[in-house]
Amino acid sequence: MNALELTGVTLTYEGSGRGVRALDALVMSVEQGEPVSVIGPSGCGKSTMLLVSAGLLTPDEGEVLAAGRRLTGVRRETALILQDYGLLPWKTVWDNAALGLRVRGASRKEAGEVALGALERVGLLEFARAYPGELSGGMRQRLALARAVALDADLLLMDEPLSALDALTREDLQDVLLDLWRRRGHAQVLVTHSIEEAVYLGRRVLVMSPRPGRIAAVVENAEMGEAGFRSSALFHERCVWLRSLLAGEGALHPGASAGDSDVTYAESTASTGGVV
Amino acid sequence: MNGLSRRLAGYLGATAALLAGWFALSALIDSPALPSPVVALPEFVSQASALLPEAGVSLWRVVAAMAWGTALAVPLGLGLGRSARADAIFAPIVFLTYPVPKVVFLPVFLVLLGLGDAPKIALIGFIVFFQVLVTARDAAKAVPEASVLSVRSLGASRMDIARYVVVPAAMPDIFTALRIGTGTAIAVLFLAESIAGTDGLGWYIVDAWGRIDYPAMFAGIIAMALLGVVLYEALDAVEARVTRWRRLSR
Repeated sequence: MNALELTGVTLTYEGSGRGVRALDALVMSVEQGEPVSVIGPSGCGKSTMLLVSAGLLTPDEGEVLAAGRRLTGVRRETALILQDYGLLPWKTVWDNAALGLRVRGASRKEAGEVALGALERVGLLEFARAYPGELSGGMRQRLALARAVALDADLLLMDEPLSALDALTREDLQDVLLDLWRRRGHAQVLVTHSIEEAVYLGRRVLVMSPRPGRIAAVVENAEMGEAGFRSSALFHERCVWLRSLLAGEGALHPGASAGDSDVTYAESTASTGGVV
Repeated sequence: MNGLSRRLAGYLGATAALLAGWFALSALIDSPALPSPVVALPEFVSQASALLPEAGVSLWRVVAAMAWGTALAVPLGLGLGRSARADAIFAPIVFLTYPVPKVVFLPVFLVLLGLGDAPKIALIGFIVFFQVLVTARDAAKAVPEASVLSVRSLGASRMDIARYVVVPAAMPDIFTALRIGTGTAIAVLFLAESIAGTDGLGWYIVDAWGRIDYPAMFAGIIAMALLGVVLYEALDAVEARVTRWRRLSR
């Protein structure tokens, strides 16, 4: 039984004028306890895939299974972290961490206790009574993680959670994510724009095609999480390989319009480097 | 507290400047209709026992009116802002009626509700209702979709989203509308009290005017000004408590 399984998922956004097909017969699966990274060109439907997996969007066609059960709405054991963290500025750090439990019917006292434990886990205990606006970007991201930890989620979905952070804070938070996964063993889907982050945090890296999104390639990355992986030659090799795959998808081609569903950039194998 | 003393100092300075301006103006105009503060202030103090009950009546009218207007407008406005279907039906009605000056209905209210508290509370509440309604609707529309989405992903119901996201997000705007609303409310209160009835600060001012007792008239004007300041400050204090997170975030 997989933690997450998408079969033939198709979704079209009804825009003004013509609809935009974001996902086209997408097939992907995440095993129990498996960390997966998803990377692809801008506008390839990565975020849509996450919202569908979280039960916030219903696909036009296809099926979404979470822990073997067909998804019909938001699932208790799934946590979603959005790009801007989704924190509520009018609630204290503590209340933000407890929010998921409160919404799911826990008493104030019970939610508060669990939330404190989660804040301690991400190193924010001393800021429990502060407001999100008083925190740095990295601390806000820790808070978003604490909320997921408090929910005791077995499936963690993240939409470019670290993209707004500076490089050093980002590496720090990548280690926090890795550490949380090691200790909790949850399945996770990390959507990212960073090649290094995808390789550092994904045991498998799924490369998505330009819109409408499908899985174009998979990089097996079994050594992920091993000590010293980030500075190993293998890590570097995987990044280079992933970069060439992305170039093949037109994600790195200069001047390529990412939203173009017509994939004619496949010949381009030039590795231009840099973050997508 | 440092903030409080700085605020008090600001008020004292502003009061001194206003008094000086008033003094100069009354000397310049030299008409009994604009008595100098030297005359008006002692009159205000000596009239205090007569002014206090009228001020109480006026205060009750404004507060009751603002309370019912707000209590109706906030849920309605937030609901319109969050429901595209309800908005499509009711927004045109709101936009057609909002620019109509509600104060012109004063005679209607007087005929229907008599000369006591009721027509004043009804009219002022009516005006506050529209101001808050439009603001609450716009504020609810402007709630960041990411906040809604993140709370929905936690399994929140529509009620949860209203409670945890929409209401707190709209609070600062609603308080701004209320603070602006106090000015309008007191202006309308003066008009309503001066036209009909035999109590309230508005009546007191017009009554003194009729007796050509300008110092007493000015005592009433000072009382009405103070009423506005007190209301404004009270709202400010409540707002500071309710939207504490805003001050701390900057």
